[in-house]
Amino acid sequence: MMRLVRQFLVFLLIALILPIGAYAQSSDPAALIQSFGGKQSFDDTEAVVKKLAAAGDPQVARALNALSKGDLVYRKSDNQVFIASGRGTVDLFDPLTGTKVGEAASRDFSKVRVKNSIRRAVTDALGSLTLRSPDPNTRMAAAGTLFSTATPEAMKTLDAAIAAETVPAIKTKLEEARAAAVLKSDEPAAAKVEAVKTLAGKGDRETLAMIRGVAATSKDAQLKQAATTAAVSIENTIATWTILQNVWYGLSLGSVLLLAAIGLAITFGVMGVINMAHGEMVMLGAYTTFVVQELIRTHAPGLFEVSLAIALPLAFLVSGAVGLVMERCLIRFLYGRPLETLLATFGVSLILQQAVRTIFGPSNREVGNPDFMSGAFDIGLMSVTWNRLWIIVFALVVFVALLALLNKTALGLQMRAVTQNRKMAAAMGIRTPWVDAMTFALGSGIAGIAGVALSQIDNVSPNLGQGYIIDSFMVVVFGGVGNLWGTLVGAMSLGVVNKFLEPYAGAVLGKIVVLVLIILFIQKRPRGLFAQKGRFVDA
Amino acid sequence: MRSAMTWMQRTALAATIAAFGVSGAVAADTKPKGEPIKVGILHSLSGTMAISETTLKDAMLMLIDEQNKKGGLLGRPLEPVVVDPASNWPLFAEKARELISQDKVAAVFGCWTSVSRKSVLPVFKELDSILFYPVQYEGEESERNVFYTGAAPNQQAIPAVDYLMNEGVKRWVLEGTDYVYPRTTNKILEAYLKSKGVAAEDIKVNYTPFGFSDWQTEVSAIKDFGSAGKKTAVVSTVNGDANVPFYKELANQGVSAEDIPVVAFSVGEEELAGIDTSPLVGHLAAWNYFESIDTPQNDDFIAKWHKFIGNDKRVTNDPMEAHYIGFNMWVKAVEKAGTTDPDKVIDAMIGVSVPNLTGGYSTMMPNHHITKPVFIGEIQDDGQFQVVWQTPGLVPGDAWSDYLPESKPLISDWRKPMSCGNFNTATGKCGGAGAEKAAAN
Repeated sequence: MMRLVRQFLVFLLIALILPIGAYAQSSDPAALIQSFGGKQSFDDTEAVVKKLAAAGDPQVARALNALSKGDLVYRKSDNQVFIASGRGTVDLFDPLTGTKVGEAASRDFSKVRVKNSIRRAVTDALGSLTLRSPDPNTRMAAAGTLFSTATPEAMKTLDAAIAAETVPAIKTKLEEARAAAVLKSDEPAAAKVEAVKTLAGKGDRETLAMIRGVAATSKDAQLKQAATTAAVSIENTIATWTILQNVWYGLSLGSVLLLAAIGLAITFGVMGVINMAHGEMVMLGAYTTFVVQELIRTHAPGLFEVSLAIALPLAFLVSGAVGLVMERCLIRFLYGRPLETLLATFGVSLILQQAVRTIFGPSNREVGNPDFMSGAFDIGLMSVTWNRLWIIVFALVVFVALLALLNKTALGLQMRAVTQNRKMAAAMGIRTPWVDAMTFALGSGIAGIAGVALSQIDNVSPNLGQGYIIDSFMVVVFGGVGNLWGTLVGAMSLGVVNKFLEPYAGAVLGKIVVLVLIILFIQKRPRGLFAQKGRFVDA
Repeated sequence: MRSAMTWMQRTALAATIAAFGVSGAVAADTKPKGEPIKVGILHSLSGTMAISETTLKDAMLMLIDEQNKKGGLLGRPLEPVVVDPASNWPLFAEKARELISQDKVAAVFGCWTSVSRKSVLPVFKELDSILFYPVQYEGEESERNVFYTGAAPNQQAIPAVDYLMNEGVKRWVLEGTDYVYPRTTNKILEAYLKSKGVAAEDIKVNYTPFGFSDWQTEVSAIKDFGSAGKKTAVVSTVNGDANVPFYKELANQGVSAEDIPVVAFSVGEEELAGIDTSPLVGHLAAWNYFESIDTPQNDDFIAKWHKFIGNDKRVTNDPMEAHYIGFNMWVKAVEKAGTTDPDKVIDAMIGVSVPNLTGGYSTMMPNHHITKPVFIGEIQDDGQFQVVWQTPGLVPGDAWSDYLPESKPLISDWRKPMSCGNFNTATGKCGGAGAEKAAAN
């Protein structure tokens, strides 16, 4: 009862603030929003959205946004509409004003069901409703939406918005939206030529399609000419950006290859152990991330953003420890017997896979992306995703750290000494078995770190490692066994070549072509890109 | 309240089953005696396909357990025989042979990929046993020894495309993994789209390898293809493991379902369990069953599944429902035939009708496919689907697609006197040239 009274008061307040006469009864926004309540078909809901958009009151944006996100609910008992947030016990907000009106159990409410076409209708409606919003980001989004939806009738609204706009970037967007509307209208050819010129500066594919349409259908010679020129210039811009984009994608694929292969560059490259269980070390790293995130979710949800930083050292320790045990219990008995090593480590990889499957189950595990790794930003016509950017940075950091470790520390010196001449190193007082164990543990640990990064872009399943083992060997052999720089250059060049082939040859054929190229290359240079020189390389 | 509901639902279900003639279903407390009837379960428990197939093994164990609680079959207990073909296609054939000749199973429930099904086919023909295949597949096959309880292309792909066309989609990307199911399905879809007047330049077909994980180029190509000013949709036959990185890339590059919806045929509740679905809300999937469908049968099934598997978070999915239907059909056919002899059961299967989990009945047809409703669901932020459209009635599975010239004249009818899986209506012969050509594809 109290709630009803309060709602009535709120409603009364709104009614007083608003110029009441401006809204006819049927388009009263509060009443319209209430008509979302009750079981209704998608078409009914869409009709209400359209009516709200036509009413033209910016206040309804809140309700529309909630509808699109699935937060708009109605009470089952009386079909009253609210915005709800939370699960179990939900907080209820007034759909028009957004003031909190109470709390209730979520089972008493039903969501207003939406589907794609309704969400689209909402986005379109918000485009024109929020054009004058005080928040620049909202205006920016609205201008972007209007570009593709603008009708000739919207030109007047746009003109007003352009005149009122103070932020230059949004002003440009609005002018582009207006130009798009002009092209769709029956304005004189001269105005359209102006519009084409405005749009030529925007230069993306959507604009290209629009301008091509003008070039194909226009009867006016001058307009046709202008559109054709603009289309050619946009095509050139797109072509340049496509090349840049392919390089970027290539580097990004290369960094993934580098991460997967860099641990192997130690165990196989430096020590010469054909470790078929390398991929499983990567997998263990990914599962460590999963366990860390699960613990954080249940015990300290606030730490989620730094879950990856916590997982990194743990993954290093877990995979490193497994590597250490493997070396001490198995591999050290097999040095100098590559075939047996291959079979034994293959066995270990199967054991590890099945063990993980038994413990964590066969299905994929969800590893969340922290916010700083989600989404993308645009540079020109290229969209750069944050997770890829961070993975490239991360791969390079790991690479530099490893390089420093090998070249600047005592352990690194001993490692290099042992691989170059074991007997001499032993004679100098280096405990070679200990160095072997540490080197293998280091390689495995690095693989574990790679697993943390790969958990952000790939499935975390028991099969995670299998997908990377062949690529890793390919990179190490191609780059030159025993040379970290070779691994870096090898990974990056394979990535870039792959991504340039993919748009033309397709992913399947592209991969085959890369393999054939590597085979040919290895025929010419069996030691890879950066062959190690010296007397003891084969020892 | 909750338990009372379940009790009521159970009673209702039991009453329904009893009413439709599964005798013994209500004889709950008589423990079955005598020689057990063996049921083979041929699903990979290790290797690449373990991710999907292990769940089906558990579902079968649950169904057999339930049946035993209801008094077994023909008064005898059922005994599951589980083997692990380890995602290894030739091993599927070996294990199938082992199940049939050594363990003497009465029927086998199993396989996931089409290649594993093709690998076991000769064994089932030679040793004359029965296989229940629970996964949506590319069609173009109808064998006497196989019952297809998953969807044929006309029970999944075609209705999905119809729905999107209705939503105003004019441009199509057919994105698939490079193997027989996506290739055949896309061939059918391409022919279908063209028959509906879609121009060749408005269709883009692309394939990626198994387990593909770097989707940057493909997703940006989809974005480019979709920016031509016409409403664009992606029809995805991308298989299993490659889906998670695909959807993650879509989300990261900002391809939202409002702009370019993706409708998938291999993505269900189980596959979504590995992803944060909030950026994917609105993308679509077409299936014959969703866990979110609100019927008493489904509630009961989900409750039993959670109890059996001991985990409230485990989801149910379409192939599980297919096994549910297939198993109940087999039980009914065995009871009808009064024996587990494969020849008699195969004949008794046709026309058997059992309740499905979505509130209707599925019937085995003469072409060994079943009738199913088709649902289109949108992904929700909790990893479930919300049904946005469904076929008005049941769709009978069509073994030979009407949209491929080589399979158009073929029909399948395993009733006597025709008893033929690929009867060519053009030549009037069983297994005409068209059939061989279609099968070779």
